Amino acid sequence: MSAVSESAVKRPSIINPGRFAGIADRAVPILGALTAASFAVGLYFALWASPEDYQQGSTVRIMYIHAPSAYIALMAYVVMTSAALGTLVWRHPLADVAARSAAPIGAAFTLATLASGAIWGKPMWGAWWVWDARLTSMLILFFMYLGLMALSRAIEEPVRAARITAIATLIGFINIPIIKFSVDWWNTLHQGASVMRLDGPTMPASMLTPLLVMALAFTLLFLTLHLAAMRTELIRRRARSIRMRTARSAD
Amino acid sequence: MSLGAIYRRDVRMAWSAGGGGPIGVIFYLAVTAVAPFALGPDLPLLARIGPALLWIAMLLALLLGLERLFQADHEDGTLDQLRLADTPLVLVVLAKAAAHWTAAALPLIAATPLAGILLNLSPRLLLVTLASLVLGTPALALIGAVGAALAVSLRRAGVLIAILVLPLSIPVVIFGVGAIEAAASARSAGPSFALLGALTLVFAVVGPLAAAAALREAD
Repeated sequence: MSAVSESAVKRPSIINPGRFAGIADRAVPILGALTAASFAVGLYFALWASPEDYQQGSTVRIMYIHAPSAYIALMAYVVMTSAALGTLVWRHPLADVAARSAAPIGAAFTLATLASGAIWGKPMWGAWWVWDARLTSMLILFFMYLGLMALSRAIEEPVRAARITAIATLIGFINIPIIKFSVDWWNTLHQGASVMRLDGPTMPASMLTPLLVMALAFTLLFLTLHLAAMRTELIRRRARSIRMRTARSAD
Repeated sequence: MSLGAIYRRDVRMAWSAGGGGPIGVIFYLAVTAVAPFALGPDLPLLARIGPALLWIAMLLALLLGLERLFQADHEDGTLDQLRLADTPLVLVVLAKAAAHWTAAALPLIAATPLAGILLNLSPRLLLVTLASLVLGTPALALIGAVGAALAVSLRRAGVLIAILVLPLSIPVVIFGVGAIEAAASARSAGPSFALLGALTLVFAVVGPLAAAAALREAD
């Protein structure tokens, strides 16, 4: 009976977990190498071969770390939301693995955004932290990541943990547009959008190019970390089922 | 079970012996009363931050009864009956959220004038505060219902509900306090009230859907 329902659950899967592990084994080193290469190019441009800002001087270079990590911090949540849909709609076994392993990475990039923002804010605004709409909403995003991680770890049964966390993830997605547009909706200290604008970026090419290279590097870094984390999570699950099987055969 | 019966049953249980209703009101007033101790008895300062204090006290007081909102029904098997019934679970959740609002939020709103006098609020600001609470607290109750429904699957939910619910409640608090601040500085409170109403309507749709989905996952 359980074998039948299991195969019914697995049928719609596009990639089966076993084959995914094989692909991830090959993809992680390649992605890692690409990440290192694009970081080398990006950091060279960001730290040496880009102009100083006429007001901010060298401090503007923090932007090349700060803005891409903020972008990844939001993208990780979008990845989790799509994975949550995969869990709820298609019951794909890999979707939950993807969501669960994206949460700590998203939390880490959110923390990196907050930390680099604080280091940038101290010389520019004269304070490590201001209760500005963008800063506060990023802090909320950080709490949301931690809450979702706590929720998925609080439920022992894996399938239910996956589906309950997926529902919470979807509800939390309401906050993502609020974070993205907070600088446009509330007139605050944090500057408005300057890359993704309808009338084109308001930044000279000499700064925009290194920023885009760094964004690419961060995207590749996220993909590498996410694939590696997914592979680890699959191994962890296999270890858990082996442990349970041996425990069952022991008595 | 008809929706009216569910609503009446929940309200009556919250206010009968062992229910959380009266305790919530005491908690709300106690939190408000602690603030002057922490801030000092500076009446102009209290009048300025009073509405924000009332909103925070409201947010915390509404978290109190959440853990039991669905868990009690889950333990005694009522939830299984509700899931099997012909009445859509989404509407059942809506009725229970409405009951939670009536039993927990409405008494607090009724107690707000008393807390407002203690905090030196002017009658006009008190009126705006009451209006923002009436418009905003249904959204808080609906968000809370989602947290409570997610928590049914957990053995010890407790603080986790608060961690899940608070981030979602923040926009409600922003616009609730925003409306009062706009009125205090003689600007139009209209936009904030409109956004507050919009949040309540959005969560009236999204909240019961998500909560019902979470309840169906419970064992």
